[in-house]
Amino acid sequence: MSERIRNLISINDLSGAELERMLKLGEQIMEDPGKYSQVCRGRKLATLFFEPSTRTRLSFEAAMIELGGSVLGFSSADSSSAAKGESVSDTVRTVGCYADIIAMRHPKEGAPAAACRKAGVPVVNAGDGGHFHPTQTLTDLLTIKREKGRLDNMVIGLCGDLCFGRTVHSLIEAMLRYPGNEFVLISPEELRVPEYVRMLLNKAGARWQEVRKMETVMDKLDILYMTRVQRERFFNEEDYARLKDTYILDREKLKAARSDLSVMHPLPRVNEISVAVDEDPRACYFRQALCGKYIRMALIMTLLGLDREVRI
Amino acid sequence: MNVDGIATGIVLDHIKAGKGMEIYRLLRLEQMECSVAIVQNARSTKYGKKDIIKIDNMIELDMDMLGYIDPNITINIVENGKLYEKRHLELPEKLTNVIKCHNPRCITSTEQEIKHIFVLADRERKIYRCIYCDVAHQE
Repeated sequence: MSERIRNLISINDLSGAELERMLKLGEQIMEDPGKYSQVCRGRKLATLFFEPSTRTRLSFEAAMIELGGSVLGFSSADSSSAAKGESVSDTVRTVGCYADIIAMRHPKEGAPAAACRKAGVPVVNAGDGGHFHPTQTLTDLLTIKREKGRLDNMVIGLCGDLCFGRTVHSLIEAMLRYPGNEFVLISPEELRVPEYVRMLLNKAGARWQEVRKMETVMDKLDILYMTRVQRERFFNEEDYARLKDTYILDREKLKAARSDLSVMHPLPRVNEISVAVDEDPRACYFRQALCGKYIRMALIMTLLGLDREVRI
Repeated sequence: MNVDGIATGIVLDHIKAGKGMEIYRLLRLEQMECSVAIVQNARSTKYGKKDIIKIDNMIELDMDMLGYIDPNITINIVENGKLYEKRHLELPEKLTNVIKCHNPRCITSTEQEIKHIFVLADRERKIYRCIYCDVAHQE
């Protein structure tokens, strides 16, 4: 790397080489976590979560703790100065005085991009509304690499809320970097991928199709990436109620799938994957959650410039 | 129709017919003390009809704003009654505080002090995207 990456707002902030290096570091940490248990000693991570989250926040905190660092922060806007009307810019400028790195989730799109202009320390976008969620994408990439042994030449089905599902947008962008990947977008009409994502797919010259039923494409997929229809992204409850159970993956539907399919899900799930599917070896969403911690350890090390001390 | 020539100042020529008043307002020309003339629907060999603005003084022009509104505008700088320089515009790569993001989910909708910044995503289709939320600007 010529110049160290300072922030991670979108997965596009990472060059191909940087991404490759980070995935390799994630895998190395996974193989021998003890070796990295003190690399962040004396460093602090601030988790600024203006919106509720379990997995992302806890995986960031677990990652920093396992690297020997410490964590501070808040887990809802109500318990921060945002409740008093403080701007995001002022909050991060203040927190930048206390912490070495910030992981931020905010309901407004672009909030972390605005934050990194003021923070003075590296900012990681831990989810900004329906926009980006790059650390989920890193998690997904590490999972795919470990499950499939490659990141190219795959048929990737993405199913559910493809409109507000930010993980889907980031994952598509990331997988477009690798040759031969084909995308099958499975969603109701109302939850299609946004226009800018369709534009990206076309610009990249990728093969992609939109379908309404998952059954019609099940046997073609290498990966099935399920998503939850998120109540918090809807302005009216009626639309949510109508769309929430459009797709439910159960053992019956899996019968049509290939034996080497990988079923992924960013979690939390509600009804979209039947609990009975959990025992199927093709279900890898809990392994995916574990990958999330290791790739965040790699990310924290990278943004703090500590990866250079490690041979990758 | 004749409008006097200017001694030292700026002539904005080839403005798309109908855009003259908008540019007049955006440049806040009503606040100028010098003579300002707007000619609407002037005959143009190039476009059929055009608007022209003559400003009888040298002022700072927001080129990004002008380029965004109408990249076909020609800027004529006049000094001592003679054409000193002719500048052509193009769609700017970046716009700062020229247009506003209309996405209600964008951070710019609540964070008052943030500059509204857009980058040119598609020159042919004149599509600008907000750097914060990536949503394309709708005119």
